[in-house]
Amino acid sequence: MGILSRKATCNTHGQDSSYFLGWEEYEKNPYDEVKNPDGIIQMGLAENQLSFDLIESWLAKNPEAANFEREGQSIFRELALFQDYHGLPSFKNAMADFMSENRGNRVSFDPKKLVLTAGATSANETLMFCLADPGDAFLLPTPYYPGFDRDLKWRTGVEIVPIQCTSANGFRITKSALEEAYKQAQKLNLKVKGVLITNPSNPLGTTTTRTELNRLLDFVSRKNIHLISDEIYSGTVFTSTGFISVLEVLKEKKLENTDVSKRVHIVYSLSKDLGLPGFRVGVIYSNDDIVVAAATKMSSFGLISSQTQYLLSALLSDKNFTKNYLKENQIRLKNRHDKLVSGLEAVGIECLKSNAGLFCWVDMRHLLRSNTFEAEIELWKKIVYEVKLNISPGSSCHCNEPGWFRVCFANMSEETLKVALIRLKMFVDGPSSTTRSQSEHQRLKTLTKMKVSNWVLRLSFQDREPEER
Amino acid sequence: MKQLSTKVTSNGHGQDSSYFLGWEEYEKNPYDEIKNPNGMIQMGLAENQLCFDLIESWLAKNPDAASLKRKGQSIFKELALFQDYHGMPEFKKAMAEFMEEIRGNRVTFDPKKIVLAAGSTSANETLMFCLAEPGDAFLLPTPYYPGFDRDLKWRTGAEIVPIHCSSSNGFQITESALQQAYQQAHKLGLKVKGVLVTNPSNPLGTALTRRELNLLVDFITSKNIHLISDEIYSGTMFGFEQFISVMDVLKDKKLENTEVSKRVHVVYSLSKDLGLPGFRVGAIYSNDDMIVSAATKMSSFGLVSSQTQYLLSALLSDKKFTSQYLEENQKRLKSRQKRLVSGLESAGITCLRSNAGLFCWVDMRHLLDTNTFEAELDLWKKIVYNVKLNISPGSSCHCTEPGWFRVCFANMSEDTLDLALKRLKTFVESTDCGRMISRSSHERLKSLRKKTVSNWVFRVSWSDRVPDER
Repeated sequence: MGILSRKATCNTHGQDSSYFLGWEEYEKNPYDEVKNPDGIIQMGLAENQLSFDLIESWLAKNPEAANFEREGQSIFRELALFQDYHGLPSFKNAMADFMSENRGNRVSFDPKKLVLTAGATSANETLMFCLADPGDAFLLPTPYYPGFDRDLKWRTGVEIVPIQCTSANGFRITKSALEEAYKQAQKLNLKVKGVLITNPSNPLGTTTTRTELNRLLDFVSRKNIHLISDEIYSGTVFTSTGFISVLEVLKEKKLENTDVSKRVHIVYSLSKDLGLPGFRVGVIYSNDDIVVAAATKMSSFGLISSQTQYLLSALLSDKNFTKNYLKENQIRLKNRHDKLVSGLEAVGIECLKSNAGLFCWVDMRHLLRSNTFEAEIELWKKIVYEVKLNISPGSSCHCNEPGWFRVCFANMSEETLKVALIRLKMFVDGPSSTTRSQSEHQRLKTLTKMKVSNWVLRLSFQDREPEER
Repeated sequence: MKQLSTKVTSNGHGQDSSYFLGWEEYEKNPYDEIKNPNGMIQMGLAENQLCFDLIESWLAKNPDAASLKRKGQSIFKELALFQDYHGMPEFKKAMAEFMEEIRGNRVTFDPKKIVLAAGSTSANETLMFCLAEPGDAFLLPTPYYPGFDRDLKWRTGAEIVPIHCSSSNGFQITESALQQAYQQAHKLGLKVKGVLVTNPSNPLGTALTRRELNLLVDFITSKNIHLISDEIYSGTMFGFEQFISVMDVLKDKKLENTEVSKRVHVVYSLSKDLGLPGFRVGAIYSNDDMIVSAATKMSSFGLVSSQTQYLLSALLSDKKFTSQYLEENQKRLKSRQKRLVSGLESAGITCLRSNAGLFCWVDMRHLLDTNTFEAELDLWKKIVYNVKLNISPGSSCHCTEPGWFRVCFANMSEDTLDLALKRLKTFVESTDCGRMISRSSHERLKSLRKKTVSNWVFRVSWSDRVPDER
């Protein structure tokens, strides 16, 4: 008899993927400006380290929040005992307001429909437990966050069927891709329970367009399934064109309080916008009372520390702080993003044009020995071991085209970013066995192909009608 | 097509049980010394509110820990980014040492074998995910914590098969009860993956005896299954006996580093000993590397806030604090338990003799109209709605005998406890009056004698006796 469960002994936790192996290499030889200047620079970690000073300064001015005090009185006991899975009311109110603010107050969130969880990791898994039975499937557009393989599937028994997106149209979600994914699930005998998107997208760094959102709502409407919108990066949008939440589209389509709206659920977290992954703050927002009730009970398995709820309710209730933070964070992210993009351009590397996130989706197809994933992994290994940069290969994100990499820019100092770009320049400019071994014909062909796709991308990014393929 | 999962539409969360309904009634009409003196007194919540002053005074003397500083320097950024599921090393070390201290430093805990979780609720569920497939069963001695029905079964699909324990031997676990439970599981077509005990027990308030622990270790050895020992109340032991952990027994039986030791797992938490349920601090301890590894990855779904890990690593690393706290906590719990026990006695109510926990297992069988669970619920409703005390009926803990109730004593002030006892005494006296009139003398004498004999048997023969096998 098996002593341990299959879950414990199998690999569905997904942690043998290169995404995690790159991290391990970094751990063995981490870059340090002073102590280890030849070490590996971590560019595979989507952290936001750009605006801590704003929070630290708030903390210095508001010491009560961390010291278990309210208006000069100790509330330590109250917090120590507070384990109500409905969450601290002041914190839920502050979160609801903050989420609203992030969406330009174009939509409002009812705190009673919020469920607090220990991070978006917990929120996503909980939603799966609520919406799907083992063997059911959710459709996810590729490329997607590698962690979803663990978070959505491992203990829940749910399957992921990819909605294939390609660079031909800037990785936009098309109607035919949706239909194809649905058919594929049926072929695999899987009951499709819904679609899960990340908006803004990880790893693309792009916000979902209004067209795509309309398309998604029509799709889930027709198929009578759910739509989960993981909006964990909503506060990292750094262009004025801004972020459109699926809730806004529901409002525009006058679908609020309909059956469809009950099947749309939002996931949020403070790990990216505020840069607080250590504090484990996640949220599920749903218009379906049954889902809210069930998810609330399930949150027992991952409640947020009351100590943390209290600190953050004070922080987020300060509207002066939130307004200034969101604005400043946006400016710094844009700045840093632009530095990475221009640094890459200087060495002939293009990125998918992005307006959000903590990373760029970088096109290194022209550096591949062949248009294969083997070549991608080869290139990735060179970059990790020779260039000493840990970046994430597209295959780990289930991208169906080899050659794309996710490169983070917000988890290091500006100097470190410069060092990384210099190293990359040396790698690209230097004698490349890849370039030498390819025939002239093949190389030109590749270059031409690349130019056309990027040109198409650049012109047609914002409000165009994406090609249906 | 079914919109939501089976988990949501079924009742597997178990929260329709009376255990939770009593809480709801309390929420509607909570007692307050000044604002609502006729309100319901909460005696169904196993919280430890007796020693907050000790922690508060430590916090006042060590302000860095809460203000996210180390030696006066802000470490906010470091903590904000720390999401490593291996946990904060200083915190795991401090937890390991604290767990050792609670066990008189007779056993050691290796920090590398600790997996942190957001509370023992999360720890227990995670262990189920690691050890059992949907449809597999764990054997649990009754009565047990009602929350297990949700924690162990709901999302995991595991089953619980009860090991029936009865008052005839002080609810101790017997060999025949173990075997019977095992066979019952088989009859139900369930594969038994292990036994889970809570030691000290909730709701009994008693620590497992060495005999029972030996029995358990022998049993899981012979059946080649796991043993989970939820030792969440280990720091609430106030009797003159020492707390014996299953780890003590493994050591005494020279079973460390054997196959069996790999199947013994301990669960712990700071919710009861330190009274910090809001901070969500739980731990799994296992000698099996694969379990530690799998549970560590699963802990992603319920990590402990780094802000909290840091605060508590500072607190628990202070050995002066921990040693003083454990001693004082023990004293206060003992004093409070005595107050409850004697108060109940003066109302003619006895308890199972206990030496740990934040509650007493109270014998109200003599107050039942009939020896049935319907009568127990009737009595419970009277106590909740008329006497205005929220206590937990034994049936919600899967007790096989009607008439037992769990009554908490550490979650209120002394005055509130005295008031609760006064209300109860009044109720009993009025009930006794009623009953004396309605029952025949003969029956009453018979019932009184029976009660006296059982309690006498308990009192004399509790500690090291050989329990009757029934």
